[in-house]
Amino acid sequence: MEATVAYAKAEAENLMATELRLGLPGTADDEQSQTTKATPPSTPRGKKRTATFDAVEDATVAEEANNNKRDVEAAPPVAKAQVVGWPPVRSYRKSCFQQASNKQQSKATKEEAATPVSNTTTSTTAANGSFVKVSMDGAPYLRKVDLRMYKGYRELREALEAMFVSSNNGSANLSEFAVTYEDKDGDLMLVGDVPFEMFASTCKKLRIMKRSEATGLGSARQ
Amino acid sequence: MIYFPEEVVEHIFSFLPSHSDRNTVSLVCKVWYEIERLSRRAVFVGNCYAVRPERVVRRFPKLCVLTVKGKPHFADFNLVPPDWGGYAAPWIEAAARGCVGLEELRMKRMVVSDESLELLARSFPRFKALVLISCEGFSTEGLADIASHCKLLRELDLQENDVEDRGPRWLSCFPDSCTSLVSLNFACIKGEVDSASLERLVAKSPNLRSLRLNRAVTVDTLSKILMRTPNLEDLGTGNFTNEFQTESYLRLTNALEKCKMLKSLSGFWDASPVCVPFIYPLCHQLTGLNLSYTPTLDYSDLTRMISRCVKLQRLWVLDCISDKGLQVVASSCKDLQELRVFPSDFYVAGYSAVTEEGLVAISSGCPKLSSLLYFCHQMTNDALITIAKNCPNFIRFRLCILEPRKPDAMTNQPLDEGFGAIVRECKGLRRLSISGLLTDKVFMYIGKYAKHLEMLSIAFAGDSDDGMMHVLNGCKNLRKLEIRDSPFGDGALLGNVAKYETMRSLWMSSCNVTLKGCEILASKMPMLNVEIMNELDGSSEMEENPGDFSKVEKLYVYRTTAGTRGDAPNFVKIL
Repeated sequence: MEATVAYAKAEAENLMATELRLGLPGTADDEQSQTTKATPPSTPRGKKRTATFDAVEDATVAEEANNNKRDVEAAPPVAKAQVVGWPPVRSYRKSCFQQASNKQQSKATKEEAATPVSNTTTSTTAANGSFVKVSMDGAPYLRKVDLRMYKGYRELREALEAMFVSSNNGSANLSEFAVTYEDKDGDLMLVGDVPFEMFASTCKKLRIMKRSEATGLGSARQ
Repeated sequence: MIYFPEEVVEHIFSFLPSHSDRNTVSLVCKVWYEIERLSRRAVFVGNCYAVRPERVVRRFPKLCVLTVKGKPHFADFNLVPPDWGGYAAPWIEAAARGCVGLEELRMKRMVVSDESLELLARSFPRFKALVLISCEGFSTEGLADIASHCKLLRELDLQENDVEDRGPRWLSCFPDSCTSLVSLNFACIKGEVDSASLERLVAKSPNLRSLRLNRAVTVDTLSKILMRTPNLEDLGTGNFTNEFQTESYLRLTNALEKCKMLKSLSGFWDASPVCVPFIYPLCHQLTGLNLSYTPTLDYSDLTRMISRCVKLQRLWVLDCISDKGLQVVASSCKDLQELRVFPSDFYVAGYSAVTEEGLVAISSGCPKLSSLLYFCHQMTNDALITIAKNCPNFIRFRLCILEPRKPDAMTNQPLDEGFGAIVRECKGLRRLSISGLLTDKVFMYIGKYAKHLEMLSIAFAGDSDDGMMHVLNGCKNLRKLEIRDSPFGDGALLGNVAKYETMRSLWMSSCNVTLKGCEILASKMPMLNVEIMNELDGSSEMEENPGDFSKVEKLYVYRTTAGTRGDAPNFVKIL
């Protein structure tokens, strides 16, 4: 098997976890067809769906993604597929992690004690997966969110609202604020322009700024 | 020939330590068969479909301890479709009819219903221990029946099951009087727990030595419980959130200090780093520590704790510990025997902070290491060779490089030589999982050197049928072989068919075996069940390509005396 072809490239350089899927980044969330090499000569498998990150969520989606496995080796190294059952981690363990992040989100809605837990971990984001700092203009301390725990912008927005917008601030939503982020190159970008997965893989930190300061960034898509 | 009275022979048999020894003596002659079967207390059934439950119960009427395993191992990773099988009901029903003296039931990867649990609870007056591992199909109502009716219950151990939550009532179903509980593990119960019930239960269970709580149990409740269990040896904490009252944590430390026998810790759900120092007083006495469900602790939190655990023998952590952290483990935990490093990132080629360096450090610092499960993002042959030399005592060596077919990170070569060194140096190796870029050569080494190997897991490896043939021909003690996404086809499948009768099972998925090959296997070997599973995606491959050369997606072969099983779902075809 010409096994080294797809993986010999130094993807090891890419240390950040990226949400992986077949096809080019920016393609639709749902069914997408294989863009690269020919499938094995047997039955055309038809449309393939990627398995979502949350393996426990949809067993049938995972089943269809199983069809992608043989094509993984043929896929271009840039976009790798998620493979059913790989890495071999029990669903129980995966679902526990999902529960962990849900709890983190729900705790964020309550008024917390003064201890700024989210700032205790000063180690690099790499060790923590995709936790990114979130700052808000006017808030006394920062928070952290794990971008992988959200399926899209709406969920992220709701989580941020829950975290930062309380009765103290008086407003019920984030409409007075623009949510921006700092990407890999250090540039300040407006959240919402690119597909969520791409955003999640390039976002280094989030900043919620007053709209009045965000005029230079153009109209928000949110 | 000297004839002993039956009682004497039976007494001699009682010293036989293992099932296989007892199986052997039962083959000597009819008399010994009868003596053995009538005195057998414990039976282990490695594959629930290998034998009919009625037959087991009929042969061993005095059965007290029954262990049954259901689905194949790869079911853990969603490779076995739901509803495949592995039902507990026939076993419990047969036992209820034939061995009412049953005291212990242990099941793994089986589907257990609430009705079965109720039947279990009502049928065995001496029932003492229920251990369910990676099972599903039941709810907390089934547990309520167990609690209510098993008056002598000593052990209720639920490990990583998928339990439907129907409320916390079950905890209050234990008898009002004293219970005989020694071990209670409900860490996998997802729902809320009534603290008052839990505290009452602990208060009336003076023999409790092992207690594993679920996520819903607060620090407050934990500290109250621990005040009543000074003899506790194993504790799975509830949640350790950052929303704490300092008093609760101080009470916790006080309570923990009284637990002089506490040797093993797990849980730490949602643990905030701030809470960790409260555990420090315990660290010096710990032999087992499981921090693998705590992604919120980074390597400095972890190392501060672990560096104090000088007696540690078993450690489960996440890869956030990083290579640096593993170096700390290596210098602190000289008695380490088992290490598991789990990934915190589940993507196919996700990032992991551990590499071969961490493992090399561990191997040089912890020469007693015998059991390893290690997820990492790269490995090298040199590292594996060093590790093999440092730790020749490996019994279980499972290495998972997150990216399939990834070569040696330094040389870009396959990892054949590295794994070859492992099997060559570790002469007692019983279980092996390989990963990374591997050619047929690694299988040549495995077949040649891994003479005690019982279980082998292969993924994305090999070049040709030769690879699998090396294993089938060389590994004399092989019991379980599971293969996925590797280029082995009919040639390998049919190359040594007699071998499968000496093994428990063979699993092959996303390989190159065809329907024709499986049919030939089934016809040559009537003592095997050859199960094939194909995807039901509307355009079923089987229907579109009626030719026998269509590839089989999933193949599960196992020896059996039970014939074809009647409970197979329609996506399973048994040839």
